[in-house]
Amino acid sequence: MSTETSPTSSVEMTSSSAAHSPDNPAPVIQPPRARTGRAPRSTRTNFEMYGWLFMRLSGIVLVVLVLGHLVIQLVLDGGVSRIGFAFVAGRWASPFWQFWDLLMLWLAMLHGANGMRTIINDYSERDNTRFWLKMVLYTATVFTVLLGTLVIFTFDPNIR
Amino acid sequence: MPAGTLYRGREGMWSWVAHRVTGVTIFFFLFVHVLDTALVRVSPEAYDDVVATYKAPIVSLLEYGLVAAVLFHALNGLRVIAVDFWAKGPKYQRQMLWTVVGVWVVLMAGAAYPVLNHAARVLFGS
Ligand code: HEM
Ligand code: HEM
Repeated sequence: MSTETSPTSSVEMTSSSAAHSPDNPAPVIQPPRARTGRAPRSTRTNFEMYGWLFMRLSGIVLVVLVLGHLVIQLVLDGGVSRIGFAFVAGRWASPFWQFWDLLMLWLAMLHGANGMRTIINDYSERDNTRFWLKMVLYTATVFTVLLGTLVIFTFDPNIR
Repeated sequence: MPAGTLYRGREGMWSWVAHRVTGVTIFFFLFVHVLDTALVRVSPEAYDDVVATYKAPIVSLLEYGLVAAVLFHALNGLRVIAVDFWAKGPKYQRQMLWTVVGVWVVLMAGAAYPVLNHAARVLFGS
């Protein structure tokens, strides 16, 4: 086959690749992300993608909930100076504001905790540190969400 | 610095740093805030006592700081969402950042009086 040109004639070889030939092939390199024996066991879920999506969806809802909350607590008639037990009793007499606060509590805590998880993953270098920081984070998050939920549902304006 | 990167060392990187710092700040505030609100289950007096600290003049400044953090995080968060989901988002990310800064400045100026006038009255008399 005299018409076939050899690839080496049209491509200029650099010194390292020039040494390889059919008789002396280049070493086989694993394709990127191939699962070898040394890779951790496959965790094939879309958890991180759902987390990413949740940050964005919850963020949009939180704009309304949190900014609305701040306007009510700090700006409208007298702002912070009128807050007290009686004020909270008045607000939580309405299921609408109970639901508002409940949704805000859950979304803000889960959004914030997922964000903190990302940050811990970014900065903690030792596996042990990372593990314990996350355990502290998850404990504090579960505690706060449960406490806040309990407070909304068991609120008693006639306490004492 | 490598040329042509969209973020590193430029406004985009600093907005990311600020987004992270404000997010952490709000998270820690929220933790304390749920604890102080839980005092309504203890007694009206316990709750009113702790809310009294929210009305101290220096604490009003902290509240203004919290408003600054929440407003930046919220506006920049919307920008991040636009960059991710809007086809032209990455192209206009810088213009959107300056829009965020502009809207933030206007809202902070508007929030100054309502949030701080109570403190000013306590400090300087009305
Ligand atoms: C300095 C500014 C703030 C003040 C004065 C304030 C005040 C209050 C008050 C008086 C309540 C009792 C219920 C009600 O009236 O709705 C409350 C509840 C709540 N606030 Fe705020 N708030 C502030 C900022 C925030 C921020 C920035 C967030 C979110 C990140 C937030 C999240 C919540 C949540 C989740 C509850 C319900 C707590 C529970 O379930 O026990 N607050 N806040
Ligand atoms: C007010 C509406 C809010 C919007 C629009 C918003 C939006 C966002 C978005 C889109 C992200 C993801 C950024 C990324 O993937 O690069 C994010 C991250 C984060 N958010 Fe929010 N958020 C809001 C409220 C909050 C609240 C109330 C908290 C705290 C309880 C919080 C804490 C965080 C944290 C800690 C991160 C992680 C930052 C990082 O990884 O650098 N956010 N936020």
